[in-house]
Amino acid sequence: MKTPEEIHDILNVKFGKAIIELISAPPSEAYISVDPLEIDKICFFLKDEKELQFNSLMNLSGVDDANDEKVKDENDNEIIKGGTLSVYYHLESTMLKHKITLKVSTERENPEVVSVEDIWRSADWHEREAFDMYGIKFLNHHNLIRILMPYDWEDSYPLRKDYQNPEFYKGMKVPY
Amino acid sequence: MGLLDKQFTDDNIVVTKVEDLLNWARLSSLWQMGFGLACCAIEMMATSASHYDFDRFGVIPRPSPRQSDVIIVSGTVTLKMAIRIKRLYEQMPDPKYVISMGSCSNCGGPYWEHGYHVLKGVDRVIPVDVYVPGCPPRPEALLEGLLKLQDKIRNESLVKESV
Repeated sequence: MKTPEEIHDILNVKFGKAIIELISAPPSEAYISVDPLEIDKICFFLKDEKELQFNSLMNLSGVDDANDEKVKDENDNEIIKGGTLSVYYHLESTMLKHKITLKVSTERENPEVVSVEDIWRSADWHEREAFDMYGIKFLNHHNLIRILMPYDWEDSYPLRKDYQNPEFYKGMKVPY
Repeated sequence: MGLLDKQFTDDNIVVTKVEDLLNWARLSSLWQMGFGLACCAIEMMATSASHYDFDRFGVIPRPSPRQSDVIIVSGTVTLKMAIRIKRLYEQMPDPKYVISMGSCSNCGGPYWEHGYHVLKGVDRVIPVDVYVPGCPPRPEALLEGLLKLQDKIRNESLVKESV
């Protein structure tokens, strides 16, 4: 069993610059911020390493950080320019009984994260959901299509903070 | 016309109008389309089960829209499902009836404001005969809705109403 600090140290030795920082602010769980384009290698190491053995991806979720300025577009709707979208990975080792949370942040304008789908099969649908709701592109995902919204939903992502609902979908009025 | 009126007194002869006979036949065997969308479907299933016994009103779930007379829209109608509901409704043979069960299918319910994926009332895609309020409605409420639908059918006419 390892603490987040020990896991961070192991990763830091192995990956160096790709491990950005360990953020520890009780009472929330500590998490490690890492590079979105190195996440697959880091995850593979976390699963494969004898003293870590993170065999279970409990959850993978997208987050809209909404951390940049809000501006008005031509229709007077508030939209967010710049800032980041994030993805959180909650890992557990059922053998060694320890847990860790990873976070990657990616640009809002072109959100790209490497897929971990071939490391944990459960990531497949979770990544599709994050793509569906936030528009985060998971590179190397074998089937990155919408999972909840209709396949022909226009190019918008409902859980983004500046999301505007369309007036109509296939002739059906959407707002109340 | 009541169901058992004069059945035993006048030598088993019932005098009635064709209209009344047809209406009586229709309202006494409303075959429902087996169709559940959300938690309301649990109440609908409870209504069908032995304690509330939907079958005593002639309501039997059918596996195909082509064999059913009534569709009970029980639950949240998402935009994705609304297209399918419309298709199923169109596949039902006339005369066909719709019961909208629960707040979601009546008007969007708790999703009325932020439900980006929810149709705010199934009456935006198909015509509704009876609205049953509740979240979800108890089986008694659904039974009441069915009785209201039967009342409606009982007063139907074969000819167009003269203005």
